[in-house]
Amino acid sequence: MSIEVRDLSHIYGQGTPDEQAALQDISFVLHGGEMVALIGHTGSGKSTLVQHLNGLLKPNSGEIIVDGTDIARPGVSMLDIRRHVGLVFQYPEYQLFEETVAKDVAFGPKNLGLDAEEVDHRVREALTLVGLDYEAVKDRSPFDLSGGQKRKAAIAGVVAMRPDILILDEPTAGLDPGSHREIMEMVKRIHDSTRNITIFVTHDMNDVAALADKVLVMSRGRLLTVGSPTEVFSHRTQLSAVGLDVPPLMDLLGDLKEGGLPVRTEIFDLDEAADEICGALKKQKEK
Amino acid sequence: MLRDITLGQYYPAKSRIHQLDARVKIIGTLLYIVDLFVVQDFIGFAVLGAALAAVLVLARVPMGYIFRGLKPILLILIFTFFLNLFMVDGEVIWRIWILKVTKEGLYLALFMSIRLVLLITASSLLTLTTRPISLTDGLERLLSPLNRMGVPTHDIAMMMSIALRFIPTLLAEADKIMKAQQARGADFESGNVFRRGRALIPILIPLFVGAFRIAGDLAMAMEARCYRGGTGRTRMRQSVFGRVDYVALGACLVLFAAAILLRVLY
Ligand SMILES: Nc1ncnc2c1ncn2[C@@H]1O[C@H](COP(=O)(O)OP(=O)(O)O)[C@@H](O)[C@H]1O
Ligand SMILES: [Mg+2]
Repeated sequence: MSIEVRDLSHIYGQGTPDEQAALQDISFVLHGGEMVALIGHTGSGKSTLVQHLNGLLKPNSGEIIVDGTDIARPGVSMLDIRRHVGLVFQYPEYQLFEETVAKDVAFGPKNLGLDAEEVDHRVREALTLVGLDYEAVKDRSPFDLSGGQKRKAAIAGVVAMRPDILILDEPTAGLDPGSHREIMEMVKRIHDSTRNITIFVTHDMNDVAALADKVLVMSRGRLLTVGSPTEVFSHRTQLSAVGLDVPPLMDLLGDLKEGGLPVRTEIFDLDEAADEICGALKKQKEK
Repeated sequence: MLRDITLGQYYPAKSRIHQLDARVKIIGTLLYIVDLFVVQDFIGFAVLGAALAAVLVLARVPMGYIFRGLKPILLILIFTFFLNLFMVDGEVIWRIWILKVTKEGLYLALFMSIRLVLLITASSLLTLTTRPISLTDGLERLLSPLNRMGVPTHDIAMMMSIALRFIPTLLAEADKIMKAQQARGADFESGNVFRRGRALIPILIPLFVGAFRIAGDLAMAMEARCYRGGTGRTRMRQSVFGRVDYVALGACLVLFAAAILLRVLY
């Protein structure tokens, strides 16, 4: 399983006064099992990019190759693409519409043409996987759930389609810290249970450091860098030039290093960082 | 694709038409619409068409933009055209299978289509060249005589401008919801009328819920800024009628008189 994007460009509103190049010459490759973070300033084109990956938007030029098929070409079955690539939009809870949570989650699997038994099975599985109690929520109205629960139910609606590639656009936007943590733990749990490609858009650099295998950095419609979190975060000044931060911990270590304390800066773990700083301070004292 | 709809949108530009007083444009548009119904022959349409073309040139709104606005009504246009073409009795000039085209039908079909196109273009030109704020102000001042009779003119004008303002917002919202349901495999393009109708439910319900949410947020934001309705509210921009406005109004009246005259004479 893989996704390859080649020279992808997209222009919104071509031929109108507000014509805008939202994506320019984007190219990257993702492989099976990778957990990918997509970061970038608001308006940098992240949402536009992910909508191309399941065929909701068509590129003005370029190719999007999912498992060997170019999905940008006309004549590809959209339902087939959506079976392979699941996209959870930003604020997905605004798309809930059914009377009960179970029915809402069943919407996607039903559209795939599965039989009733399989649909039920998938609904149960998906709700459990996102961390909701199936028996407790299945007959409740999705509009009665709490904010975090609504979000989980909406995500379950896509997870139930069992996509090979799961994309989440800012899954934690507007949530309290508790729900934020639960959602990110859920994303990790889903990724670990499927070992497929998971892409998440985020502004939280701690999540990037903790979860991602690969980071895509967008700026003004272009792909700035691709690399492991360690590689990407080692360019602190370059990131801040495009309005992005490194995780607070790395920021601290970077400041210490600039201030003259010889520490390694590529550390994402709090305890490890503490040890590193203590070690460096001790060494300095001995001298 | 939903975002292509330009209904009620403003097109920012600096032109003679943009700078006209909103009241002139509102009255002018209303008169023009009456003209379209007064006129009974193609000569009249030629005159009215020429007048609209002149305003279009002056307004500096690109043609492509205006045609894009016409696209959504293309279906209605084609439908009315063919309905008139085949349904009107009279002198038969063509016969295709069980359908017959009559001279009167052809005449009426062309007539109605031209009227519809002119009507839509003229009314969209009003919102294309007038800022929503100016439109509200103009409307409020035109309606102000009714105020004395207890009609809440300010609130009516405010509601209309909010409605205009939220057309693009709701279209964007609908677009987003539609995409999200498509991502879940929803199919809006195939099946018969009933299936397609049912396929709209996953869009309409979230859209309704969203509209109420947006309305609630807006009301809260207005209250937070102490909005209390029309009484005691002053305007930031006091528009005064200039010479250009009088000329434009005069031109509209002349056109109106000409339309009446044509109707009476022939
Ligand atoms: N449907 C649309 N129509 C026109 N312009 C859009 C649309 N969606 C996004 N844009 C514009 O494209 C740019 C990229 O937007 P987006 O992909 O939403 O960025 P991000 O998700 O990184 O915040 C922005 O400048 C935005 O205004
Ligand atoms: Mg976005």
